[in-house]
Amino acid sequence: MVKPQKKRSLVDKVRKSKTSAEIKNNPFEVKINRKKFEVLGRKSKHDVGLPGVSRSKAINKRKDTLLKEHQNKHKSNKFIDRRFGEYDTNMDPEDKILERFSMERQKQHDKKDMFNLNEEEELTHYGQSLAEMEKFNDLMDSDSEPDEKGLLSAELTRSHFGGGGGLLRKKAGDDKGGAPRAKSRQELIEELIQKSKLQKRERQVQKEETFELTEKLDKDWKSIQTLLANKPSKAERDELQPEKPKLDEYDMMVRELGFEMKAAPSEKLKTPEELAREERERLQRLEADRLRRMLGDAVESAPKAPAHLSADDLNDGFILDKDDKKPLSYKDEEGGEEEEEEEEEDEEEDDGEGVAVGDDDEDGDEEEDEEADSHSDLDSEQESGEEAEIMEEEEEEEEAAPGVILTEEELKAQQEAAKSELPYTFTAPENQGEFVALLKGHSPDHQCVILARTQKCNHPSLAVGNKLKLQKLFGFLLEYMGDLACSSPPELGTIDKLIPQLYDMGQMFPDAASKALRSALADASHGMEEDLEGSGRSPFPSLDMLVYLKVVALLFPTSDYRHPVTTPALLFICQSLSKCPVTSLQDVTSGLVLCCLALEYVSLSKRLLPELLNFLCGILHLAVPDKTSTGSHAPSLTHWFIILSMNVMAYSSLSVKGNRKNQKCQFKTRVCACRMTCLSTCLDLVKHCCVLYKDSASFTALFQPIHTLLSKHLPLQTHPEVLQVRAHVSEGIINHLMTHIYNYYGYLRAAGPGFSLLFTGLLLDYGKRRGNTKEQKESERTKHKYKKEFKGALREIRKDNRFMAREKLQETMSRDSERKRKVKELYGSLGTQEGEWKALRRRKK
Amino acid sequence: MAPAKKRNVCSKTTSANAAKKAKIDPSLQVQQIIDSRKNANDVFDVLDCLQSEKEKEVISAINACCNLFVALLERKDLFIGKLIDEEAMLTGEHNAQDKYSMFMRHRYNDCVETLLEHLVHKSYGVKECALVALMKLAAAEGQYPLEDLDWSEHVSFPRTLILGVVGRLLSKAEDNTMLISRFTEYLEMVDVRYYVMSSVRENVGSVMVKSKGEVIPVYQNNVFTLVSSIIMPSQESELTNFMVKQKDKHSEWKAAKLNEHKRSFERMWLGFLKNKLPSNMYKKILVILHDSILPNMSNPTLMIDFLTAAYDVGGAISLLALNGLFILIHHHNLDYPDFYKKLYNLLEPSVFHVKYRARFFHLANLFLSSTHLPVYLVAAFAKRLARLALTAPPESLLMVLPFIYNLIRRHPSCRVLVHRPTTADESCEDPYLMDEEDPILSHALESSLWEIKTLQSHYHPDVTRVALKINKPLSVPEEDIDELLEITNFELMERDLKATKNVPLEFEPAKKLLQGGGGILATCFWSFSRRSAADAS
Repeated sequence: MVKPQKKRSLVDKVRKSKTSAEIKNNPFEVKINRKKFEVLGRKSKHDVGLPGVSRSKAINKRKDTLLKEHQNKHKSNKFIDRRFGEYDTNMDPEDKILERFSMERQKQHDKKDMFNLNEEEELTHYGQSLAEMEKFNDLMDSDSEPDEKGLLSAELTRSHFGGGGGLLRKKAGDDKGGAPRAKSRQELIEELIQKSKLQKRERQVQKEETFELTEKLDKDWKSIQTLLANKPSKAERDELQPEKPKLDEYDMMVRELGFEMKAAPSEKLKTPEELAREERERLQRLEADRLRRMLGDAVESAPKAPAHLSADDLNDGFILDKDDKKPLSYKDEEGGEEEEEEEEEDEEEDDGEGVAVGDDDEDGDEEEDEEADSHSDLDSEQESGEEAEIMEEEEEEEEAAPGVILTEEELKAQQEAAKSELPYTFTAPENQGEFVALLKGHSPDHQCVILARTQKCNHPSLAVGNKLKLQKLFGFLLEYMGDLACSSPPELGTIDKLIPQLYDMGQMFPDAASKALRSALADASHGMEEDLEGSGRSPFPSLDMLVYLKVVALLFPTSDYRHPVTTPALLFICQSLSKCPVTSLQDVTSGLVLCCLALEYVSLSKRLLPELLNFLCGILHLAVPDKTSTGSHAPSLTHWFIILSMNVMAYSSLSVKGNRKNQKCQFKTRVCACRMTCLSTCLDLVKHCCVLYKDSASFTALFQPIHTLLSKHLPLQTHPEVLQVRAHVSEGIINHLMTHIYNYYGYLRAAGPGFSLLFTGLLLDYGKRRGNTKEQKESERTKHKYKKEFKGALREIRKDNRFMAREKLQETMSRDSERKRKVKELYGSLGTQEGEWKALRRRKK
Repeated sequence: MAPAKKRNVCSKTTSANAAKKAKIDPSLQVQQIIDSRKNANDVFDVLDCLQSEKEKEVISAINACCNLFVALLERKDLFIGKLIDEEAMLTGEHNAQDKYSMFMRHRYNDCVETLLEHLVHKSYGVKECALVALMKLAAAEGQYPLEDLDWSEHVSFPRTLILGVVGRLLSKAEDNTMLISRFTEYLEMVDVRYYVMSSVRENVGSVMVKSKGEVIPVYQNNVFTLVSSIIMPSQESELTNFMVKQKDKHSEWKAAKLNEHKRSFERMWLGFLKNKLPSNMYKKILVILHDSILPNMSNPTLMIDFLTAAYDVGGAISLLALNGLFILIHHHNLDYPDFYKKLYNLLEPSVFHVKYRARFFHLANLFLSSTHLPVYLVAAFAKRLARLALTAPPESLLMVLPFIYNLIRRHPSCRVLVHRPTTADESCEDPYLMDEEDPILSHALESSLWEIKTLQSHYHPDVTRVALKINKPLSVPEEDIDELLEITNFELMERDLKATKNVPLEFEPAKKLLQGGGGILATCFWSFSRRSAADAS
């Protein structure tokens, strides 16, 4: 194995000396690859091969890479010489040195002497400036004992100048009797020693002088001090006796002050600024999380605990028992940042509730009004006479808000009693009936209190089954809200009050909350599906469903890419908007509320809602009195609007008829007003949509039908002014956005079909029919390529292995031969010893 | 015997008499009549019972009559051959046996007439009973024919009876769906089916001539119910179930041949369809056309007129006609000019909302599966579908997006729709013309599918996921559309509801139903309620 190696190296040497042309012409170097077929017009690269050249190339390459790696296999450190040109073989050593020197100069010049006018060169030794070294020595000397230092420094200097072998050489020189050279050295050293001793003495003298001077100064100062002030002199006179208690007091005071000073500012700093910042950071973190979920990139990431709760908050309903909380937050001020936050939230909530007391009534009224409206519309369309009565009733009931449900005196008395003193413990209700019985007869505020106390009494940490009970409670509360919404008139004020409770419980039991709401959604959609299967049409969702949908938006983030509750809720809204036929004004109102909800759902994520736009377009279409002209211009109109034959919102026709009977006239105008408000809400929603989708690439296509309706067909002359203004505003926005839309047309995908196409041809059969289509051919080609590459890689690996085996063998062989040589040497020496010994013995004999 | 009969025939039974006799059980009387010819006059009582007001009596009378005449037919006690008038019978010279049989034959005719009238009785029980009785009589009559078998007519079948039944079933005034569905069990018999088909054809022809082509919805609905309940055999060997067994020349009987059946079936349908139909009838017919009508016709190409007419109607009817047309084009070499242009024009926004969406897209997928279609056409289809997708519900989107992708896969030259390197200063107007009816002139190839880009921000995550597929190179194997065709909104909902993962929560605490003044709902309905409140006051 060694032999061919040598040969090869010889060959390489020869080859190096030869030019490439020579090698190519040498018939012994050339291997001609036989061709099977002669193909016209094809230039093959590989008809002639140079195996020797390529082999030596490969071996060299391996030597450079693989062998190096092998040699450094178990070595964790590596020496790299970073000096200039160390690994450059082309440079002369002289050049290298010169270059290095100039670089050094350059560096120094750049760094330190930029502003040095004298341009004196600093002398260095081992990279340290000699001048500095001298100073350093001085400093060192001042502290340490002079004699030892002197000796040491002498030795040091000697070693510095003489190098490692200096002393040895000196000794050798002494032994031999001294050369002139050595002598001069010795003299030099002695001189140096003398010098240093002199210096030391000088320094000592200096030191003593300074000491004396300071002493003198002290004395002077004392004399002056007595002149300057009396107090210290008194203290001097009193000496020790009064000093001790005074110091203690003082110390104590200082310490106290110090502690107080430390405590006070920390708290002050924290409350206004840091807390705000922390709150902001928390919100930012939550917002970032929300955005991440909205984009849906890491939906399946690790399950996240509700971020709202602090780490040591074990679902224990912290918001509810404020009294327990406050001392806690005072006690551990440093650790309880989160708790402080929470407390603040509590306070906020308190504030909110405080405000809410004022607002709630209004809000409730609004809602009720709105609902009363829709209901009364329904009624009025059936019987116009009852209209006024219903309104009166409603007003009465609104005024008597807390006592609405009560009909009997007993209950009233009971309620009075309850008002004066509510019980403090409640058992968690087991079913809906119990729950309703629990809350019945109490005012909304008291209902809240009851709920809070129930939660407290049945805290999950108190008993094992309590968690389940409270989870059930959420379902009951939700159902109760639905019932409240269904009752006539709908008690939205109460629902409004109960929302915080619902939210808290939702925060405590997300799973139970999602389950309850999901089942509500499933029921509603199932009902709708059955209606559609049966009669082909389904009524719009009723008020309780609308409330549920709003609750979903309150409890869960609506902007998530996929959320187990909000996604179905949105789907349900869109389903209702597209599948339910509009047959009455109530349907229009309900649909518009759904539109609002849908817009709220997507207001952050800006997702596309085709159904919403379709519905709005349909509503506008209904408002057009002359339907014949619009047929062709509203292409995106879904089929169900055709069902609506009556001219729901034609204002002009009704206003003419208006003055027949007084009552009828009133009713008519009311209906008209309702229609107008619907239309105006619709226009408002269109405006919202425009703003929402203004960045969408297909804005023009989305809003084309609405635009044509608004600009061409909607008769605004007969409508009230407000409406006209709104319509114009909406139209203007659409117009503006349509004209200023950016270049949407063009890139859909930045890159064309890439090469991942090549790896997908899985369904290929091998045979004569192979490569029928372009894709199949392509995949065939890729397979071939892959095979080729695979084989090549395999060959390379084999060659590598062979090379490595050769190297290892060579290594072991060289090691063996070395050992053999050493053994032989030993044997030889032993033999000579033996021989000598024998000779000695022989001589003795 | 005879004089007694005569007397009885001449005299009218008094009402009291009838009332008395009504109490007698008709089945007993029938038994007596069968037992002895002496009691023959009792048949009048039985026939009177048929006309009774009470439903029970009528039903028992019907059963009795049926038994009576079946027995008489079996005994061949009814006169066979050409029947002469009753008056003539009295005067003519006949022996007693003949007279008796003639008399009974007349009563039989009366009975059949009454029963046929009962088919339009107001009570369903009577109707059903009468129908069953008539069919029994028909079976018996077929077995023991009342007509002389002359040499030209080889077979005996109570054709007039069947014609009468069919005529009554296809009422112009009331919906006979129940009765007809009862009748379908007789249609399983090969010969009944055959003769019913021919009588339907006759009936429809005569009725429609009378109505001068006007639409008669109830009548046509009845016809359709009857006609669509006819299930045709697919093989000759299935023709085994006969009501009337022919003793000789069975093999030459038309009703026993599948070809004749098909011809009759075809004539019946063509006769029915050549008249004007109500539009929902069109839909019903077109729904069953491709799998229960066309295969059973001897010459399906005759349907071409009907189908092209339906295809030109537009809307859902056109969608449905597509299926029949496809069969004709595919199997019967029909050349339909501008087929793709019409298909292109069928793509309207409503196509995603109609009930027949799955069927339509299944067919459209078939039509567009050819790789030999011109690029402009495929591009126009893809572009139009994409544009329409902007208004489509999610369940349709889940189907139509893979549909578009498949189009692009099949026609790689359509990739320009996906990637169009244009400079920014080029016109920002979409060159595609949505309103253009001709796909050639729609400039679809110069446009791009930017609608899919918009759909990438669709509210439903599944749709978004599918729409995002276009961002990467499409995989080579086509996606299977058929699984996606039947997705409903409800299924989507259930799928979403089933997903049980951790539930992220809203971090902004909720205080009220309408959170402050920020929500759109609150802002919109604030004004709403205030204004309506102002109106109310």
